[in-house]
Amino acid sequence: MDFIGAYSANNLFYLLKGFLVTIEVSAYSIILAFIIGTLMGIIRFARVPLLSQVVALYVGLIRNIPLLLVFFFIFFALPEVGLKTSVFTASVAGLTLYASAMLCEVVRSGLNSIPKGQIEAARASGLSYVSTVRYIVLPQALKRMIPPIMSECTSILKGSSLAIVITLPEMMRSAQIIYNYNVKFVIPIILMVAILYFIVNFTLSFFARKLEKRLTIS
Amino acid sequence: MLDFSILIDHKKEFLAGFLTTLEVSLLALVLSVILGIVLAVMKISPLKMLKGLATAYIEFIQNTPLLIQIFFFYFGLPAVGIQLNPFISGTIGLAVYSSAYIAEAIRAGIQAVSHGQVEAGRASGLTYLQTMQHIILPQAIKVVIPPLGNQFLNLVMGSAILGSISGKDLMYYGDIIASDTFVVFDVYIFVALFYLILTVPLSLFIHHLERKLSASD
Repeated sequence: MDFIGAYSANNLFYLLKGFLVTIEVSAYSIILAFIIGTLMGIIRFARVPLLSQVVALYVGLIRNIPLLLVFFFIFFALPEVGLKTSVFTASVAGLTLYASAMLCEVVRSGLNSIPKGQIEAARASGLSYVSTVRYIVLPQALKRMIPPIMSECTSILKGSSLAIVITLPEMMRSAQIIYNYNVKFVIPIILMVAILYFIVNFTLSFFARKLEKRLTIS
Repeated sequence: MLDFSILIDHKKEFLAGFLTTLEVSLLALVLSVILGIVLAVMKISPLKMLKGLATAYIEFIQNTPLLIQIFFFYFGLPAVGIQLNPFISGTIGLAVYSSAYIAEAIRAGIQAVSHGQVEAGRASGLTYLQTMQHIILPQAIKVVIPPLGNQFLNLVMGSAILGSISGKDLMYYGDIIASDTFVVFDVYIFVALFYLILTVPLSLFIHHLERKLSASD
């Protein structure tokens, strides 16, 4: 093991470049998955005919196959039917497809946790169904959804490391390139990647806990 | 239309991969439950040091990707002279990852049993470990089974990483068959179907258990 050699300025800089790709891919995926997941969750909650069943099937399917397979499929199989994407797009698409299914369930169960009486009361006071969901149900449900949403963000960050199989130049790929060069670097570099992941994810969950506390007080 | 002749021609490989995936996941489940119980008992123990150690382990493992953990055992350990084959490093990596989640599930299960029972057990002269073993853990198991099932589901899907360290699982053979036949699309659909054979019944069963459990409360 050669910690000093492994943590040379060049290597750390290279690792940081990968780190930025990890963050970038994850950020795009989190935003997209949040939008799509919320929409699908509302569709499931409102039991929109036909659409609700389609979403249920989609969620059931995605939740039961490995993310790795989703990446492989998008990047290697879809070009066969004429859908060719860049590594970056394929990575974001895979993570988004995957995480939106998880978030759909989070949103649906969050919405379902609001007592039905409130919806009836709001409807009886003349609010439309959309306004009821928008002003009465969503604000309350969001509070309860924060912890699972945050843990989904962590999952996305961690899941992005799997995009190494389609050669996305994310942090783990940078690490691999560095330690392939010198076998003494393997453990120090893997350790450094783990620490960087830990810092980001731990900060995320720390703020999630703070936010949750503040919201429960109000 | 899917080319089913690929499935028939390569049924041996698909089956071998399927069995490896199942084997690794089951083995990792057993290991991670053992490790998870130890961690959970450490985490609720009155000893600050044990508690801190378990917390640090759980936080660190939960906040780093499974891929890194498996790569550590497969690529990292040889640097210090420990050579593990893909099957073993995959199983250990999965078990380490999963144990952190299982520990939390078991801890929640233990804490669902009222604290008065721990005190009653201790007051009747049982040691802390005896109280855990004979009074608390048997009751906690009921609450813990659905999350354990979910973890098994995650293990099955997480085990796909084995394919990238040539672990001879479903993903690995899928890769080989795809490059053999030059048909990628169909092969990956078949691989997905094999995963679904394992995961869908399991998901439905967990869902059923969760419903039954919430109905009995």
